[in-house]
Amino acid sequence: MPPLTPPKSGDALFASVDRVNAELFTLTYGAIVRQLLTDLEEVEEVNKQLDQMGYNIGTRLVDEFLAKSNVSRCVDFKETADVIAKLGFKMFLGVTATVTNWDAEGTSCSFVLEDNPLVDFVELPDTCQGLQYCNVLSGVIRGALEMVSMKTEVTWVRDMLRGDDAYEMRVKLIKQVPEEYPYKDDD
Amino acid sequence: MQFFGGGSLTSVAPEVTPSPAAPPGTGTGANAQVLYVFNRNGVCLLYREWHRPLHTLDPTQDHKLMFGLLFSLRSFTSKIDPTTAEKGNLGVPLLPGQGCSFYSFKTNTYKLNFMESPSGIKLILITHPRTGDQRDSLKHIYNLYVEYVVKNPLYAPGTPIK
Repeated sequence: MPPLTPPKSGDALFASVDRVNAELFTLTYGAIVRQLLTDLEEVEEVNKQLDQMGYNIGTRLVDEFLAKSNVSRCVDFKETADVIAKLGFKMFLGVTATVTNWDAEGTSCSFVLEDNPLVDFVELPDTCQGLQYCNVLSGVIRGALEMVSMKTEVTWVRDMLRGDDAYEMRVKLIKQVPEEYPYKDDD
Repeated sequence: MQFFGGGSLTSVAPEVTPSPAAPPGTGTGANAQVLYVFNRNGVCLLYREWHRPLHTLDPTQDHKLMFGLLFSLRSFTSKIDPTTAEKGNLGVPLLPGQGCSFYSFKTNTYKLNFMESPSGIKLILITHPRTGDQRDSLKHIYNLYVEYVVKNPLYAPGTPIK
């Protein structure tokens, strides 16, 4: 029986994916947020919309990630978090995150990003202080994990645009949802 | 949307570029008989047949039967796995990808190859019984799915592929 190919490392993955210019990416994202602010005007609405967009992206992104990176099923949430931080972030954003602050049961952890390509050249004006600029990232993680049967909740703890020293995202596993047989038995 | 032309596993329709490299060793076998792609909710996303002489059921029944078979078979194979210590009771639903997963079964007339991704996408390929291990081919198909279906902005996830 031929051996299955092992999962690739983060750098190999990053090299194997098509890349776009980082500034183009950053400026496009900035334009999206700017347009949402103009259209919706309420900062809370914009946050929700960014999260929803991220969720839709995440549900599709996870298939691409699984196909390219060849990881098998993670045994527990700790392994999942490691895979996201090292392979996932590296593959799609080109930066690695560190996983810290595990809670006692191992269901909640923090991803810390030292540099974040989405926020280059960005400053928040005083009128938008409640804006979670990187909310799309939390939506992506939530969407992706939901497609692999984990319901999670993602919040931002530290945000460099508000004066903190790094970006910290807290991910909490609510539950694992196993597959159910979708058809009713009576037909 | 046509993934393959003429039943050959290595050729991709000419207007689709670029495509991931075909795995070595697939040869020019005109071997694939039927292909199904299901998502985690049992929706049949894609069904293609190249050589199926006998139609026993109408399509919806056929899809349900196929999905139900694989669901139960996967559950069954991981419950009687002799190498893992921890097992739930029979009937407890499994997470996709958890436990051991079977990848083919063979009868005297056909061989059914199966692959499931952790996100619940199931690929089923029915071929001639003497075909070798098709896991690489199935992985190749999964890559194609990702490349052209998932990344297509006009495709709504969970609906059949046109």
